[in-house]
Amino acid sequence: MRRIISVLMENEPGALSRVVGLFSQRGYNIETLTVAPTEDETLSRLTVTTAGDDHKIEQITKNLNKLIDVVKLVDLTEGQHIERELMLIKVKATGAQRAEIKRCVDIFRGQVIDVTSTVYTIQVAGTSDKLDAFVQAVGDAAILEVVRSGVSGISRGEKVLSL
Amino acid sequence: MLSGGDMLIRSLKEEGVDLVFGYPGGAALHIYDAIFRQDDVKHVLVRHEQAATHAADGYARVTGKVGTVLVTSGPGATNAITGIATAYMDSIPMVVISGQVPAEKIGEDAFQETDMVGVSRPIVKHSFLVKHASEIPEIIKKAYHIASTGRPGPVVVDVPKSTVNPAETFPFEYPKKLKMRSYTPAAKGHSGQIKKAVSMLLEAKRPMIYAGGGVILGEASHLLTELAQKLNYPVTNTLMGLGCYPGNDKQFVGMLGMHGTFEANTAMHHCDLILAVGARFDDRVTNTTSKFCPNAKIVHIDIDPASISKTITADVPIVGAVDSVLKEMLELIKGSDETPDESALADWWKQINEWRERHGIYTQSRYNTEGEQIMPQDVIKTLYEVTNGDAIVTSDVGQHQMFAAQYYPFKSPRQWVNSGGLGTMGFGLPAAMGAAFAVRDKDVVCVTGEGSIQMCIQELSTLTQYGLPVKIVCLNNQALGMVKQWQDMVYDSRYSEIHYEDSLPDFVKLMDAYGHVGMDIRKKDELREKMEEAFAMKDRVVFVNVYVDPSEHVYPMMVAPEGSMRDMWLSKTERT
Repeated sequence: MRRIISVLMENEPGALSRVVGLFSQRGYNIETLTVAPTEDETLSRLTVTTAGDDHKIEQITKNLNKLIDVVKLVDLTEGQHIERELMLIKVKATGAQRAEIKRCVDIFRGQVIDVTSTVYTIQVAGTSDKLDAFVQAVGDAAILEVVRSGVSGISRGEKVLSL
Repeated sequence: MLSGGDMLIRSLKEEGVDLVFGYPGGAALHIYDAIFRQDDVKHVLVRHEQAATHAADGYARVTGKVGTVLVTSGPGATNAITGIATAYMDSIPMVVISGQVPAEKIGEDAFQETDMVGVSRPIVKHSFLVKHASEIPEIIKKAYHIASTGRPGPVVVDVPKSTVNPAETFPFEYPKKLKMRSYTPAAKGHSGQIKKAVSMLLEAKRPMIYAGGGVILGEASHLLTELAQKLNYPVTNTLMGLGCYPGNDKQFVGMLGMHGTFEANTAMHHCDLILAVGARFDDRVTNTTSKFCPNAKIVHIDIDPASISKTITADVPIVGAVDSVLKEMLELIKGSDETPDESALADWWKQINEWRERHGIYTQSRYNTEGEQIMPQDVIKTLYEVTNGDAIVTSDVGQHQMFAAQYYPFKSPRQWVNSGGLGTMGFGLPAAMGAAFAVRDKDVVCVTGEGSIQMCIQELSTLTQYGLPVKIVCLNNQALGMVKQWQDMVYDSRYSEIHYEDSLPDFVKLMDAYGHVGMDIRKKDELREKMEEAFAMKDRVVFVNVYVDPSEHVYPMMVAPEGSMRDMWLSKTERT
């Protein structure tokens, strides 16, 4: 099962490599990974999506918690949560295609953020599924380049992950 | 005002460090100069950095204190890696200070540069890279705190030469308190879980207490012993746990696992409750996990939550310091109206004693004593007698290690020092050296083989320099015995690369070259007398080279990979 684990950790050099190292060392899979400092610049927020059964996920969270740099973590998929991923995608857009792609962008509530006579650069945000669907809708033939940010997530409602 | 180097050594002093095992080199020279300027922290010059880590490890295992290592950058640091991994696998508290190239040169492939923090990352509890001299006191304080609390482990402190520059001085103040928001090791166990565990323990018909190295590390041997004796329940120890329960007590059924006793492994398989204390259900214990103890409920006490339900699911997990949890359990047991089911327990003991009688390793029937050759088991038994069972025994890795674990019943914790998790050949001699610095009133013996001893044999010279009268008992079977045993059992005796032809050194002459005493023992009837002679030389290093039966195997041996715990070879021809 796919899980989103959100980690609050010390914003220090080496902290990220410890987290990534833990996954490779113990044979856990990383599907996506994002990390950036929070409003408190001594802390970073890291979001990792991974897959595994309950036993494996329990081991992952326990081992992450053992890392000295990790302050707190939550498995967002255990509760109600919101997830978003950002995609920048560059597509061929010439002739009749231009209007067709623009329509598609509108349907997916994306934005064309850069234009040339032959190329659109599009920004789409949403769940990973939605981004997958957009890629499919545009079609392989048109795609020149895809950049995805990896998943960021946050709990719904009052629940927060903070100190 | 102190330089970074002086601050580093002062910080060690503040931590109560009296001994540092190390080896100097370019990037560590400022630190070595700081050592030269003071007398409080003594330095031991080893002959190889691997030995520095093993010696600090041995010192830590016998004292319970943090072992300290100082090495230079590059090869100094990488040579320390095996010892760090050894300590990591056995949860030994250790701080390794490594010199590093000057900060401004990091990343330039400078002379003797290695990314030590990166290289050691998977085998440390934590690591630090010093960025500025002023950080040194706090980093050292944190390093010792992290290494010694919770589940202990090695911590690396990488010190760029520029941060210990004698030309730059700073005010020194050693922090009294530490605040670490991201590190709070478990202390007390969950009371509800402990209550549940106690009632399960008292209801059990066929209980087993399975105690590991965590009991020793957690200083809880006396509590475990009290609990076991209060209940009259059988106790088995892991390889790492030997000594945490008195090895000669009638409630002790011996070591369990790959080369555990028939009675321990069989009793585990048939028990209905396992009280696992500071043990981690290692693959050398469980055998095939799906066949592990089919009828047992499991109570698992461990300070490390990640050790619980890792390989075997616990029914009652208790995360906490073993001493605190055992103390709480004892109070509940003493205050309880319930008592163990005496008749069920009597039946259980009758069964266990019958197993013990039938196939126990302490009966002469377990190995052939009729032949001409000296049997390795008899060497260990003789060692036990000659040292009155009081020696600190370190071992290397292989058959001799298993024979020592089986035939030297350890009376007390911290008496048995071996590389259990990583299985590091070359560990025994330097570990004995570290132990000998701490223990002066007891014999310190390294049980080894002619294979293992050659992996850190250079430390014989360190023993000379520091006058450490370590005894070395070498079970010489003229082959890599444990590999040979596997090749006999699994590879139809196709002996691949286990013999040295005629290249083994003359150990007696070798000892002489180092200024020690060496003796060969070839005949059965001279074993006892020569061992006594060796141990009578209290102030000398003596190497007892015993030629043992080269064809002997270690039994029992669990049938892997498909077997359960009760599936064992009991001899070359007998199987359960």
